[in-house]
Amino acid sequence: MDFLQPTSWLDALAVKSERPEAMPIAGGTDVMVELNFDVRRPAALLDLTRVPELAEWAVYDGRVRLGAAVTYTQVIAELTDRLPGLAIASRTVGSPQIRNRGTVGGNLGAASPAGDSHPILLAVDAEVEAASVTGTRRIPVAEFFTGVKRHALRPDELIAAVWVPAATGPQQFCKIGTRNAMVIAVTAFAIALHPERRRVGTGFGSAAATPRPAPEAEEFLSQALAEEGLWESRAAPRDSVVRRFGELVADAASPIDDVRGTAGYRRHGLQVMARRAFTWAWNDYRKA
Amino acid sequence: MTPTPLSVTVDEGTRVAIKHQGIGSSPVRPDGTLKVRGEFAYASDLWMEDMLCGVTLRSPHPYARIRSIDIGEALATPGVYAVLTHEDVPGQNRYGLEHADQPVLAEDVVRYQGEPVAVVAADHPEIARRAAGKITVDYEVLHPLTDARAALEPSAPRLHDGGNLVRHLKIRKGDHDPQPEADAVVVGEYSVGMQDQAFLGPESGLAVPSGDGGVELHVATQWLHADQKQICTALGLPPEMVRLTLSGVGGAFGGREDLSMHIHACLLARHTGNPVKMVYNREESFFGHVHRHPATMRYEHGVKRDGTIVYVRAELWLDGGAYASTTNAVTGNAGTMGIGPYVVPNVHLDCYGVYTNNPPCGAMRGFGAVQAAFAYESQLDKIADELGLDPVEVRCRNAMEQGSEAPTGQTVDSPAPVAELLRRLQAMPLPPEPATPGPVDLRDLPGGVSNTTHGEGVVRGIGYAVGYKNVGFSEGFDDYSTARVRLEVVGGEPTATVHTAAAEVGQGLITVEQQICRTELGVERVVVHPKDTRVGSGGSTSASRQTYVTGGAVRAACRKVRDRVLGVVQQRLGRTHADLRLDGGKVVSDAYGVLADLADVLRGEAFEETVEWRHRPTQPVDPETGQGFAHVQYAYSAHRAVVDVDVDLGLIKVVELACVQDVGKAINPQAVTGQIEGGTAQGLGLAVMEEIVVENGKIMNPSFTDYLIPTILDMPPMRIEVLEYPDPHAPYGLRGVGEPPTISSGPAVLQAIRAATGRWLTRVPVRPEHIIETGFGTASHRGQEGRVEHG
Repeated sequence: MDFLQPTSWLDALAVKSERPEAMPIAGGTDVMVELNFDVRRPAALLDLTRVPELAEWAVYDGRVRLGAAVTYTQVIAELTDRLPGLAIASRTVGSPQIRNRGTVGGNLGAASPAGDSHPILLAVDAEVEAASVTGTRRIPVAEFFTGVKRHALRPDELIAAVWVPAATGPQQFCKIGTRNAMVIAVTAFAIALHPERRRVGTGFGSAAATPRPAPEAEEFLSQALAEEGLWESRAAPRDSVVRRFGELVADAASPIDDVRGTAGYRRHGLQVMARRAFTWAWNDYRKA
Repeated sequence: MTPTPLSVTVDEGTRVAIKHQGIGSSPVRPDGTLKVRGEFAYASDLWMEDMLCGVTLRSPHPYARIRSIDIGEALATPGVYAVLTHEDVPGQNRYGLEHADQPVLAEDVVRYQGEPVAVVAADHPEIARRAAGKITVDYEVLHPLTDARAALEPSAPRLHDGGNLVRHLKIRKGDHDPQPEADAVVVGEYSVGMQDQAFLGPESGLAVPSGDGGVELHVATQWLHADQKQICTALGLPPEMVRLTLSGVGGAFGGREDLSMHIHACLLARHTGNPVKMVYNREESFFGHVHRHPATMRYEHGVKRDGTIVYVRAELWLDGGAYASTTNAVTGNAGTMGIGPYVVPNVHLDCYGVYTNNPPCGAMRGFGAVQAAFAYESQLDKIADELGLDPVEVRCRNAMEQGSEAPTGQTVDSPAPVAELLRRLQAMPLPPEPATPGPVDLRDLPGGVSNTTHGEGVVRGIGYAVGYKNVGFSEGFDDYSTARVRLEVVGGEPTATVHTAAAEVGQGLITVEQQICRTELGVERVVVHPKDTRVGSGGSTSASRQTYVTGGAVRAACRKVRDRVLGVVQQRLGRTHADLRLDGGKVVSDAYGVLADLADVLRGEAFEETVEWRHRPTQPVDPETGQGFAHVQYAYSAHRAVVDVDVDLGLIKVVELACVQDVGKAINPQAVTGQIEGGTAQGLGLAVMEEIVVENGKIMNPSFTDYLIPTILDMPPMRIEVLEYPDPHAPYGLRGVGEPPTISSGPAVLQAIRAATGRWLTRVPVRPEHIIETGFGTASHRGQEGRVEHG
């Protein structure tokens, strides 16, 4: 196996162009596990840890450009104010050691249906900045996941960054696991309120082949809140509205039975999390 | 030396130091700092120049006939030194702890997924792995037998020549039909999933060919001499040509009682003439050792209105998997201790240990007593509920005490403070109520930082449970340990050297051996010789027995040495003293004070004694009635669990676990507390998360990604009370400590979850889908409701 260590972003893109089979690696928290257990034997590893700009973030016009190698620890320490939902999700990732190594870009690259960062990125309409020697394009996160551990990158592309709008309203993320820390999601849910657009964004994980938003639930709740003038009055919506929202989130899922949980439990869990997460977010909005 | 009585002053500093480090104290462990700093050398760190790496090819099928094995391509791989199959086993191709039914390498049939078929040695682990992948095994896949009860049907395929029954243990106590005396009859069926020991240091060892054609094996294990015997049988070598040395053990919990890589590495080393190291990775480890027997248990209790138990009828099925391992003894324990530490005049109990094509099961902390406790303690709670009585009160009303008759008919002949353990628990203050609305610390809530509740749906429940376990090997087993103790002057200082083969697996035996030597010989410096087979057997580091049995052997050897030294003193003094002892590096008389410096007495001489020490003999139980003096000692613990449950999501936060345990004498109080905390965590794990999920004989979760063990956010702070009621039959009055907490913590947690949810859960581990009411889930994961009948 070749170990390729470019020291600049342009070199990294050139390498990926020449060796499209090369597996990018940053924190290694997914890739090394697969190598150790012989799940994967790529012809080459493309180490991105020597490309310093990948580990940086900056704000452009209300959007955070999060370099692909920014770690969960950095998100928690530096971006809790701008990206509160992503920070909550980052706190649920593995252990402190894993959060020190693991990156949001790597999470996207692995494209697991259980990726902890995915639901909130869906809920806030984030975009993946994909780059190659021929140029750069932005892929909406909702179009990024194409199947179990598959994504929309071309073989010659690398993830340069994720563009995440800075929060304009409260955000929440919940993850069900059968242990109180260091656990892979049985299912997970994220919500973002966008008061300026009078919209609610959602995303869920581990309840379909890919992470998904729940568009009907978003539409229903956004309309219900608007029709009753609640964005302005900041009053609490009726229980029936919240319950229906939960049902629609669960309806958007197509979960399976596996060793971590049953399909029925996942649907149920999504309903409960959707109701609770919205209630917390709305209470924050009312207090704001 | 001229003894000059009274002219030698006792160095108080030395005396205090020895008192501080003797029994009843908690000296710093020699391995403690190294382990915390990550510097301790485990068996997986073994290394030698020119060593080869061995790997194992395992069956992917739970049950299959082997038509042929082609090793040609593997053997031709550059860098490969050997590819061995059953044809290369020079001795008997069978091993096993209780009876030898397990092939070292499979012959014509494989009986479980993961059964070793061939081994490869190469100069690099990756080459060895790839070569193993090139071995072609032609399997005729058979339909696996995966249900323990179905395995006993006459129509079931016979997995072994003797059939599928490993053992049927019967308890028949009481001589009439007791049912009419009962005011109520309580019935329940319970099941326990397959738990794994989940030790953190995987199976590992290094085999080195020796000049005499034999082999030296450095290995992480629990019983060097039992390993040696089985290796000798397979290699066809006498014991003097197979020498074992204990390497650094990263946890055991029963999972290292059976052999893993031992014979394989020795075969490869002798075949190649090179040292061969074998290390399992985490996934292979799940296939490389036995697990805790899954159990299905059906219980019927007849009770009086006041809660007095009139009779118990019970049937227990233990799934032993493909090979016997310790299923015989596990069945004996689950059966003889199957009704719990209660006095019941009429018992009719059948416990079956069964062969299937599931992963082999054998020893794990609690050893049969764990499974039964979930059932009998559930029944006690059900009785309390049915009769409207306090669950602690019902237990105390029926509690075993000193002088009681156990279900085996043996008299409990040492303290059995079962009721006191429970009453002390009940008297302990409860933790603060759940947080009121307002800011919450997610770490205190079910789900933890996963942020699933801020208090919504959270209901608190409390549960009590008590359990007990035999200490030491039972049912007539010749259970002994050997200790060699030498006392001599080294560098001007009296020094004891203690040599036993008893395995230190992390529990702290090395420290205990040192403490006993200090107390008995009055010296500060005690060297613990590496654990190896150059001394007689220490017996197994299991059954909570090492402090008792090896501790007993060390004490006996020390006393023989001491008596010889004191004999010399009296000879030199020319008079006898009845009150001499060794203390603070001096020879001391109670009446005359210090008589001599120990260093002066010893001079250049080394006083060495080797003792083989046994506890009181036990007896086999009657095969038809289960009656007999089966167990030399029982140990008891009780837990109170306070649990918060998110009843909407089925997530659990254990808020507090309180434990009261009688240890007879705490030889090392800190180690006792450590055992209670660790054992409690392992019981909690089985109650709420730890399970090897097996479907059609295949393990679905062989990794720490999906085999979950408790983290610091799952295991709560503990309140611990340690009682010391001496057992007059045991050294220092001590009682085994390690296993009881694993028995009583899980049932207490289960009952607390029931109390919080109002759901009569009957299966552990409890999964979230069992708790929430909609009752969906796959059949294999769903708990079943018990029922209550009225008599």
